[in-house]
Amino acid sequence: MSELRAIYTLWLREVKRYTREKTRLISSFIQPLLWLIIFGSGMRLASTGLIGISYQEFIFPGIIGQTLLFTSMFMGISVIWDREFGFLKEILVAPISRISVFVGKVLGGSTDAVIQGSFVFLFSFLVSVHVGIDTFLVSLPIMVLITFGMVSIGLTLASLMESLESFGVIQTFVNLPLFFLSGALFPISFFPPWLGWVSVVDPLTYGVDALRITILKGAWTSANPLYYDLLAIVAFDLAMIAIGTLIFSRTK
Amino acid sequence: MIQVKGLTRRFGGILAVDKLNFAVQPGEVFGLLGPNGAGKTTTLSMLCTILKPTSGTATVNGIDVTRNPAQVRRMIGIVFQEPSIDDRLTGRENLEMHANLYGVPRTEQKKRIDEVLDLVELSDRADALMRTYSGGMRRRLEIARGLIHYPKVLFLDEPTIGLDPQTREHIWNYISALSKRESITVILTTHYMEEADKLCDRVAIIDYGRIIALDTPQRLKEGLEGDMISVKAQGANILAEKLVQLELVKNPKEADGELTLVVKSGAAMMPRIVEVAERLGLRIESMSIREPTLEDVFLHFTGREIRSEGGEEYHGLAAIKRRGVR
Repeated sequence: MSELRAIYTLWLREVKRYTREKTRLISSFIQPLLWLIIFGSGMRLASTGLIGISYQEFIFPGIIGQTLLFTSMFMGISVIWDREFGFLKEILVAPISRISVFVGKVLGGSTDAVIQGSFVFLFSFLVSVHVGIDTFLVSLPIMVLITFGMVSIGLTLASLMESLESFGVIQTFVNLPLFFLSGALFPISFFPPWLGWVSVVDPLTYGVDALRITILKGAWTSANPLYYDLLAIVAFDLAMIAIGTLIFSRTK
Repeated sequence: MIQVKGLTRRFGGILAVDKLNFAVQPGEVFGLLGPNGAGKTTTLSMLCTILKPTSGTATVNGIDVTRNPAQVRRMIGIVFQEPSIDDRLTGRENLEMHANLYGVPRTEQKKRIDEVLDLVELSDRADALMRTYSGGMRRRLEIARGLIHYPKVLFLDEPTIGLDPQTREHIWNYISALSKRESITVILTTHYMEEADKLCDRVAIIDYGRIIALDTPQRLKEGLEGDMISVKAQGANILAEKLVQLELVKNPKEADGELTLVVKSGAAMMPRIVEVAERLGLRIESMSIREPTLEDVFLHFTGREIRSEGGEEYHGLAAIKRRGVR
């Protein structure tokens, strides 16, 4: 009971901090917009007719996935922040388990990332993808599942890093391959076979595919059934939370 | 309330805390006084279960800090040397969070938060973001936070470091009143002589990881038996030698041409010193007589001064490392 209360407390803190930062909220609109409009329309001609749907429609779920990935990873920064400003000490000496601390932070980070991902749905009209409230509601749990594992990676990497700078470098190093190999921007079937294999182990591949299935519905023919994607994501989440808790428990 | 036996901590090859033994009574305000890098914070960290001792034991309220850290944490309040608040949240939110983490009964939460806010006189600023607080206000809020879960022992690591004299005095008053009214045991570290003197019931003077003296401030000072005489003179060394030779003083300390002497009766000794100086043909520039302070006690035991202000300060490991090199 007291552990649940601690988890709730830490979750609430992350969410409060996030919603109070207006600049971050606003700037979070910009990046997906740039991808959808500039990158999407620029690539439209090059890819017409190859995938059966418009390129912007194709990348729309991919950009949601990208937003989730980037925001989730970025949440790792909260560990570094807390350490830098001394607040981590207050949490670590509290009579609660490290698992609760980690889980509280994961849930907080996931909430923030899902809020950010949800904003992207507002732009669906720009790319003439029809997204009803029902589609959004079905996508919501998928988004939540995607972020659990990603936030865990971010937190784990951050707790291993000494400084903000090194976290920034590592973050890019992890973000970009995960993003490019996930099939967010190009169909995986376009990859040469060796790269295709790498994308099989990229967790975001399943996230993006699951979002395509729910958002584009019949217009998208997936290689995997939805339940297969979801199982892969859940397995990834569990593994990352386990590894993260283990590593986080050892931070000083 | 607290029992420490043979408590030792090494960092690599460096001995930060060396076989400490002491006991703290319930309701006492106990000070660990010493220069930076003496091992005060390391000792405190071990008592707070943040750091594991290399050897030795410590118990808080009868509970072993290494065997039952979680249980100990529930009973103690900690105010760290460095700030540890979330400055993006309000004062009240910081307190609420702490109450939730320490499992303060929900029904009592609001009452206790109002109570501690009142105690540190921050009620009117409770709903402002912490980043708008001044240094002294932050410190007071941290002390308030350390009290919400009604700890039996409150640990304060350099509670007034970097604060202006007025705020410092303010915080001393809070701590004194608090320990009396709530009968909380307080353990604090400090390198301010005045703080130890005014605030603590008993003081352990600690240097190079060892306790070199432990008693009430009053008795520590009385232990020097008498008055302090400072003499500023040319050839202070020669004067010191002669005074020892004549068996007028023991252990004179000389620093920057100034002689510090501990004597039984200052008033009777001053003319004698002048006499001796005259015979040696040394000109005395100035002379003063005063009651001993804890600074003198430290000087007496170590032959060095605690440099509380100015100069390079090293904290924690850096200080220990530096000491190891010298």
